[in-house]
Amino acid sequence: MSSVTLFGLCGAALVGLGLFGLIVQPGVLRKILAFNLLGSGVLLLFGVIARRGAAAGIGSDPVPQALIITALVVAFAATVLAVALLRRLVQETGRDSLDTDG
Amino acid sequence: MDSLFTLTPPAAWGAPLLVTALMLPVAALMLAFVLGGRHAERVVLATLPIGLGVAVAIAAAVLHQGATLHYDLGGWAPPLGVSLHADGLSATLLLTTAVVLCAVGLYARADFRVPSGAREARAPLAFWTLLLAVWAGLNAVFLGQDLFNLYVALELLTFAAVPLVCLRGSPQTIAAALRYLLFALLGSVLYLLGGALFYGAYGTLDIALLSARLASGDPIAPAALAAAALMTAGLLAKTALFPLHLWLPPAHAGAPAAGSAVLSALVVKASFFLILRLWFDVMPDPLTHLAAQVLATLGAAAILFGGILALRQARLKMLIAYSTLAQIGYLFLVFPLVASPAAAPALDLVQAPGAWTGGVLQLVSHAFAKAAMFMAAGLIAGALGHDQVRGLGGLGRVLPMTVFAFALAGLSLMGLPPSGGFAAKWLLLSAAIETGQWWWTLVMLAGGLLTGGYLFRVLAPALSTRGPPLTLVKPVERSRELVVLGLALCSVVLGLVPLSSFGLVQIGRLGATGIGLP
Repeated sequence: MSSVTLFGLCGAALVGLGLFGLIVQPGVLRKILAFNLLGSGVLLLFGVIARRGAAAGIGSDPVPQALIITALVVAFAATVLAVALLRRLVQETGRDSLDTDG
Repeated sequence: MDSLFTLTPPAAWGAPLLVTALMLPVAALMLAFVLGGRHAERVVLATLPIGLGVAVAIAAAVLHQGATLHYDLGGWAPPLGVSLHADGLSATLLLTTAVVLCAVGLYARADFRVPSGAREARAPLAFWTLLLAVWAGLNAVFLGQDLFNLYVALELLTFAAVPLVCLRGSPQTIAAALRYLLFALLGSVLYLLGGALFYGAYGTLDIALLSARLASGDPIAPAALAAAALMTAGLLAKTALFPLHLWLPPAHAGAPAAGSAVLSALVVKASFFLILRLWFDVMPDPLTHLAAQVLATLGAAAILFGGILALRQARLKMLIAYSTLAQIGYLFLVFPLVASPAAAPALDLVQAPGAWTGGVLQLVSHAFAKAAMFMAAGLIAGALGHDQVRGLGGLGRVLPMTVFAFALAGLSLMGLPPSGGFAAKWLLLSAAIETGQWWWTLVMLAGGLLTGGYLFRVLAPALSTRGPPLTLVKPVERSRELVVLGLALCSVVLGLVPLSSFGLVQIGRLGATGIGLP
């Protein structure tokens, strides 16, 4: 198995795990972590794509790498916003899940 | 073949305006944030008319040239660079956004005034800067031509829209904002995954290049199918199409009235716009036919489900939020009507353009009507101190202008003549019959009846003359009522304009599908 396939499968597994967690976990913090897992999987796929482009002989494809950096920043900002909202929710209500309200 | 598409189109007048439309809100946002205090409001109110002027100029340029405007950032054409792109639809949406935001800005002055004595207050500063951020995000979505840039634009929009929901800071609104954020994040990460697959399969994220490569690469790579499906699912979560709508009602109802107006009228339309782009500009036709049926079935479910739930709501703002769900459903009926195999051979004849114009008209008239409705609901809630539908008896006697504006907006939502909603639904209905898809007409008519039903629940007691007169907690400013009325009138007047003048929304449409032809 080539390293590209291996990393591709890892990325797919991370995406699956993250998606599962995001849907199934009741706690918001776990959902946020699952989102990060899912995001990492997607970014790993981008990395694999950059590497595959390199295998095709066009050097190391820089575009996906630039996309990864941008997406990382966006995902970081999203996580910060989500955690800030969650903190406020816990301070106000003492609960950390969204299930009880209709 | 590629070299043909990388040629920069001849510079058209108006193309630099696209950059202005993008930069203006961003520059104003920074200025408002740095100056702070009372200046934030002044900056916004000074910028909005300029932005409206820019949007009008872009629409005029597109209409005048009858072609899409392109601007390559830094002079680098795709695939190396990123280009901006405004066709008729983009120009229409830029204009709608500017008009709605101008109205929201005027309306929100009373709600988000810095209290006298204080130098700066948190809610006003947050609201005015977020309003500019939403505007920047929307313009970036409407002008984007690169799938990854569009991802960033969508995220900017989400990050601006989520805090609007919880400006009040109550636990319910924070929970609603968090739920909205989680749905939106799931949506954007699925969209990004789709983008990764597209790039992996075709080596570009530029919409025009991608569609050319998809059209020439027969058969279509399975990765492209998966990518389109993932992107659509992600965007549906952001558009709140049934069954991914759970976040919308509490979020839209919990935001302050001006914020709800922006969220319901504009923000959900951005992701819908990208679904349109994806299926009509990127994916080849045969696939669009298949996807169109799925999307429209979900849309039909949303129309019925949203309408029935709106009938059962106790709070006026919740009712309006559920009505948004139903009206979003109508937008998705556009897909099978435009992409119908019956319409495809006659693409440049009458049928398909009718459905397309109808869909865009529904989008625009809903934006005006829903913004007017939420702002009217805000005035009512402010004046009565509550927004229980049950307690609205006799409202028409104390707030006649607000109730009139609400009713006018309702007229458009129901699709009764003369209104923009009527023209939209009429075009969609006739397209459904012309393409032999009569079952969609049943859904549209049932949706119209449901809309009539939930608006009747509000308007019948409001207009009744029986019962004790209502006492207002707080007087309503006439100027704010006029703003709401103006917006409601916009949505009605759209129906009085002759249909031939909607040629703007068709510009760039046929060219986009014909680009792969020899």
